[in-house]
Amino acid sequence: MALFSNTATLLSKELRTEFRSRELLTTTSVFILIVLVLFSFATNPGTEEARQFAPGLLWLAILFASSLMFQSCFLREQVNDTLSSLRLAVSDPFAIFLAKLIANTLFLLLTEALMLPFFAIFYNISLWSKLPALSLVLLLGSVGIAVAGTAISAISAQARMRELLLPLLLLPLLTPVLVVSATVTGSLLDRDPVVQWKGIAFLGVFDVVFLTALWIFGQYFLEE
Amino acid sequence: MTKRILLGVVATALIIAAAYANFYIAPTERTMGVIQRIFYFHAATAWAGEMVFFVCFVANLLYVWKREQKYDWLGVTCAEVGLACITIVLITGPIWAKPVWGIYWTWDARLTSTFVLWLLYVSYLLLRTLIEEPGRRALLSALFGIFAFLDVPLVFFSIRWWRTQHPAPVIMGGQGSGLDPTMKKVFFFNVLVMHIFCLFLIVERYVLEKLRHDVDLLQREAEVQ
Repeated sequence: MALFSNTATLLSKELRTEFRSRELLTTTSVFILIVLVLFSFATNPGTEEARQFAPGLLWLAILFASSLMFQSCFLREQVNDTLSSLRLAVSDPFAIFLAKLIANTLFLLLTEALMLPFFAIFYNISLWSKLPALSLVLLLGSVGIAVAGTAISAISAQARMRELLLPLLLLPLLTPVLVVSATVTGSLLDRDPVVQWKGIAFLGVFDVVFLTALWIFGQYFLEE
Repeated sequence: MTKRILLGVVATALIIAAAYANFYIAPTERTMGVIQRIFYFHAATAWAGEMVFFVCFVANLLYVWKREQKYDWLGVTCAEVGLACITIVLITGPIWAKPVWGIYWTWDARLTSTFVLWLLYVSYLLLRTLIEEPGRRALLSALFGIFAFLDVPLVFFSIRWWRTQHPAPVIMGGQGSGLDPTMKKVFFFNVLVMHIFCLFLIVERYVLEKLRHDVDLLQREAEVQ
């Protein structure tokens, strides 16, 4: 039970820190917007091919944005030297990870929600009817990205060249999320939309595997 | 020392024997012709490389659990040897693919997941260069190694199920697949040889890592005095 109350306290701390400045959310949203616009310059957005590439581009933008977003996740604690007090404050260090990854998932989902309308307009895709299934894919994909990202940002925060290192470690690790969520989103946005339940289940499996690994090994990431 | 030299001599002799078997004992494949002979070397190196990465994963787990330096040395050793193997696989693969498929590269499950595997372990070695403190470097790279290894089957199946139109695996691929008996013998001989050769490399690299550690210690002692 202590895990949940600790997590709740830490989560409210994460959210309060972010919503005071809203730095992460604004920068990442603008970043995704820039990437989406740049993609449409790189391809010809009016064509049918561009529509086919669009889901992949969306997920690529989310992936790149996440690798920016998670930089500060543990770095903030490192810079302010608050990590040791955090570790002392909670009985189970997994609570620190759980709070951070829930916060990261929420931030990611929020930026995605902000960006989806632009995405729909730019690539001329109507999202309303597909929204429930699409939200599920976005949720499971974002949880996967956040779990792996939180773990990796705990590693990269303790290394040199951390700004470069985080995407280097994180992006190859997220290959399965990119492959599956881009495909599932693609078939959702098709002219005859199909919900690929197998893909959605696979994303769930990814989340569970990495969450379990983080639960088992999380305590070692934060050792002095 | 003598044991290591002996192992080196045996491994080299076996590699030469395997090359002889590949070129002169195995029959020429009917449709692909001579180029197919690269398969023995290519697939055997892939198997050996994957085995070495598995040892790396076990070493990483053992380091996190026991915190003994020898497991860290074994981890970095296996990562480097495995990476060398996978690099060879990624080079021999396209050499084989070009005449047979007409292209150097196709984005299918095994190729792509091998490439992602390669990227993951390059990142692993890069991470090691970016953390100075030895204890922290050992622990964090071991943790990343564990996550990377867990990722590999997910990468493989995600690409296999959603991205691939691939010829069925030849070995353990189910009905209709399989090798000529002589080819099979030559192939498994190659697999054995590659494992022995990797063992030789691992032993040598491990000793080097240990020496490096000893030199570090001596240097530090000298600085203190």
